[in-house]
Amino acid sequence: MASTIRVRATSNGDITEVQALIQHPMDSGFVKDAQGAVIPAHFIRELTFEHDGKAVFTADWGPAVSKDPYIKFSFKGGKKGDDLKIGWVDNKGATDATVAKIL
Amino acid sequence: MSTTANGFPATRRLLLQGAGLVALFGLGQMPFGAAPAHAAANDKYPEDAFKQKSDADAIHALYGKGAEASDKVKLDAPEIAENGAVVPVSVATTLDNVTSIAFLVSENPNALAASYRIPPGTMPSVANRLKMQKTSNVIAIVEAGGKLYSATKEVKVTVGGCGG
Repeated sequence: MASTIRVRATSNGDITEVQALIQHPMDSGFVKDAQGAVIPAHFIRELTFEHDGKAVFTADWGPAVSKDPYIKFSFKGGKKGDDLKIGWVDNKGATDATVAKIL
Repeated sequence: MSTTANGFPATRRLLLQGAGLVALFGLGQMPFGAAPAHAAANDKYPEDAFKQKSDADAIHALYGKGAEASDKVKLDAPEIAENGAVVPVSVATTLDNVTSIAFLVSENPNALAASYRIPPGTMPSVANRLKMQKTSNVIAIVEAGGKLYSATKEVKVTVGGCGG
């Protein structure tokens, strides 16, 4: 299965800018389907980015983060060609992870 | 006479028990209050904070204290969001020693939307997209040097993104 995580990490030599787009329904638990039944909450709880063995960014999310979440941040110390590890876990225990190269 | 002999130790024991209870309660109520610098380093998902309904309760559950408004926190959000399901919100700050950033939507069923842990070396700037049920204040909280700073902006929502 294709990864749910799309990442673009670019370094300008000093700062690495990271943009990520994740495929996830992010159901809030407040929405009803066409039959009037509540769609149970289903959302990513934690999203982590690791560089060189240490977390550079951790997101704790609730169900109010939009469907197919987008995130942008930047950190110091990444170099072109370095690996950036990204992983998430949702409230049902599902996970996905990927490794991206810093460009 | 036995009352004084027994009474004194009994009182002391009660005092000690009371102190123990206070200590337990203190720890239970404000896990971050005792060590604010470690709030962001805490690896736990802030389950309790996400369950709070109001923005003030969520901030207290997350950090154990309140925030003060600061013009050093730059919150960028649209004046009007046509689609409440996808509202782009970002924050940046000139404050030093930022350890965490959080976003809250006051009028959502649960105010806390997202919380980010910012380790040293990571820029205190985050962009994301949030759902908004209706027109509401959006609050960005920046934790810097153990203190909380906030910026608030009202976003008008024409079509809500939470209800069905």
